[in-house]
Amino acid sequence: MWIVVAVFAFLHWDFWLWDDTTLWFGFLPAGLAYHAFYSLAAGLLWWLFIRVAWPVHVERWARGEDGQGEGEP
Amino acid sequence: MILQATAPAAAAAAPVSYLPLYVILAYLAVLIGLGLASMRFFRGTSKDYFTASHSVGPVLLLLSVFGTTMTAFAMVGSSAKAYELGIGPYTLMASSSGIVHSLVFFLVGIRLWAIGKRHGHVTQIQYFRDRFESRALGNLLFPILVLLVIPYVLTGFIGAGSFVQAGTRGMFPEAFPATNGAIPPRVTILVVMGVVLFYIFQGGVRGAVWANAFQTIMFLVAGVAAMFMISRSLGGLSAASEAVLAKAPGHLARAGKIGHGEFLSYMLVPLSVGMFPHLFQNWLTARDAKSFRTVLIFHPIFILIVWLPCVLIGVWAVGQGIKVPSPNAVLNAMMTRYVDSAIVLGLVQAGTIAAIMAMDSQIMALGTMFTEDVVVHLAGKGRVSDRAQVWWSRGFIVAIMALSYWLALHPPPNVFDLGVWCFSGFAGLFPLVVAAIYWKRVTTAGAYASVLAMLVTWGVLFWRGLIQPAMAGAKELGEPLVLGVMPVAWVVLAAGVALVAVSLATRPPSEGTIKKYFA
Repeated sequence: MWIVVAVFAFLHWDFWLWDDTTLWFGFLPAGLAYHAFYSLAAGLLWWLFIRVAWPVHVERWARGEDGQGEGEP
Repeated sequence: MILQATAPAAAAAAPVSYLPLYVILAYLAVLIGLGLASMRFFRGTSKDYFTASHSVGPVLLLLSVFGTTMTAFAMVGSSAKAYELGIGPYTLMASSSGIVHSLVFFLVGIRLWAIGKRHGHVTQIQYFRDRFESRALGNLLFPILVLLVIPYVLTGFIGAGSFVQAGTRGMFPEAFPATNGAIPPRVTILVVMGVVLFYIFQGGVRGAVWANAFQTIMFLVAGVAAMFMISRSLGGLSAASEAVLAKAPGHLARAGKIGHGEFLSYMLVPLSVGMFPHLFQNWLTARDAKSFRTVLIFHPIFILIVWLPCVLIGVWAVGQGIKVPSPNAVLNAMMTRYVDSAIVLGLVQAGTIAAIMAMDSQIMALGTMFTEDVVVHLAGKGRVSDRAQVWWSRGFIVAIMALSYWLALHPPPNVFDLGVWCFSGFAGLFPLVVAAIYWKRVTTAGAYASVLAMLVTWGVLFWRGLIQPAMAGAKELGEPLVLGVMPVAWVVLAAGVALVAVSLATRPPSEGTIKKYFA
């Protein structure tokens, strides 16, 4: 999952649209439209991340279920 | 009933509707009502005042975190910067925040929640003092955090002042002749301060969270509504953008306006959320880590909903040849000119004021830290009554507000730039929190070195990039790039290098601390 996040972060750099003034859907400048979709995709990515890589072990540690016993009951 | 007045001779032809002002006043009254309602839930203890007794659920948390992270920077700042630079600000700050904020929530927030849950810390000062076995580190960090929050509060004050001034032109020609009859910023800021102080004094963190939630809903709707209403007056979405293509095509792209080094280094600015006092406190005191799942997913989408309309409105203003005295005024100038219904205009303006005013949680967090980490720390635990703690917090909040008010009377030209400087400082503290959570070998001396390196680098660049030109009377500030990248890159680099180098050269922390904080 961390590789997916790294690739996604790299895709933020849309150098190929730097001087593109095309209007997508007739009103959205290309660079702005790309980054609008990027924002939507970010929400989707974090949804996937929560499903696949939620740190259950951290929650256990917080509750003191790791054998060290300092957590709240 | 719509009251109308006529401005003095030169502008006499244009009747002025007071309805938008009434809607804004009604909105402020709702905030006061929320303050009174939250007071009914107040349990009278300092714990309830400072943490709302851990009763904030996922939806309120999402609305509150989003509201307090965006503020004037998002609406007034983004439209002002888009007016100057074109579409670039969205790509620089909004979409990068979408991924970086959530990444920080995931990497730092969940770990801090676990640490707070296990060891009972409430503020970041308490955590760093204990993690680095140093009371003095807390003494060093507290004033720095205050120093960095003040510009953030200022963005709200300046945004509100210029926004209301632009929207009330001609309303009070006799009372305020110097501003062409508009309510001057000094009056607006006083009113905003009064309302914010009222609801956070009544309900503490609960009052702030409720107000933030209401404000977030208001400004999520306001931005989208403003975009559609303005575009309708301009002949539709396509016509509005095509006017820019014909008149200033450069505003629809980034070539010649934003360099690649600047763009890439901007990705470091959103790291600041890792050290915002109010978010840190939210993480340490949240009821459940799962509360943050909603924030992770919806934060990038909410950013899109707020920023996209504001950036488009700023760009469209260029296509229409709109001239404003300050870029901060462009959003209201567009609304006043192109939203044809006075009621809708008032609602949209109230929504914008909502975004501007959402600085209450930051101020509350400072009040909590002052009480817990300065007053109680110096007096000794158990020696300050619950009631006295609440009053110490209130006193400190009033002092911060008063200082911010004075500074707001001498504003820099653009709230976006001020916000970026504030975020850059917080981002410079990010290496400290990451090392504290993930690196067993980080030492107390390394922590000091990192904080001092951040302070010196940020201070010098801030002086050179904003204070000095503003004092020299510069009306427009260019990006304060250093060797082609944003100052934040140098601030984070200096803080990170100092932290690693000094930690490796000094004695490791005690076994007890490592055992306490690492599984």
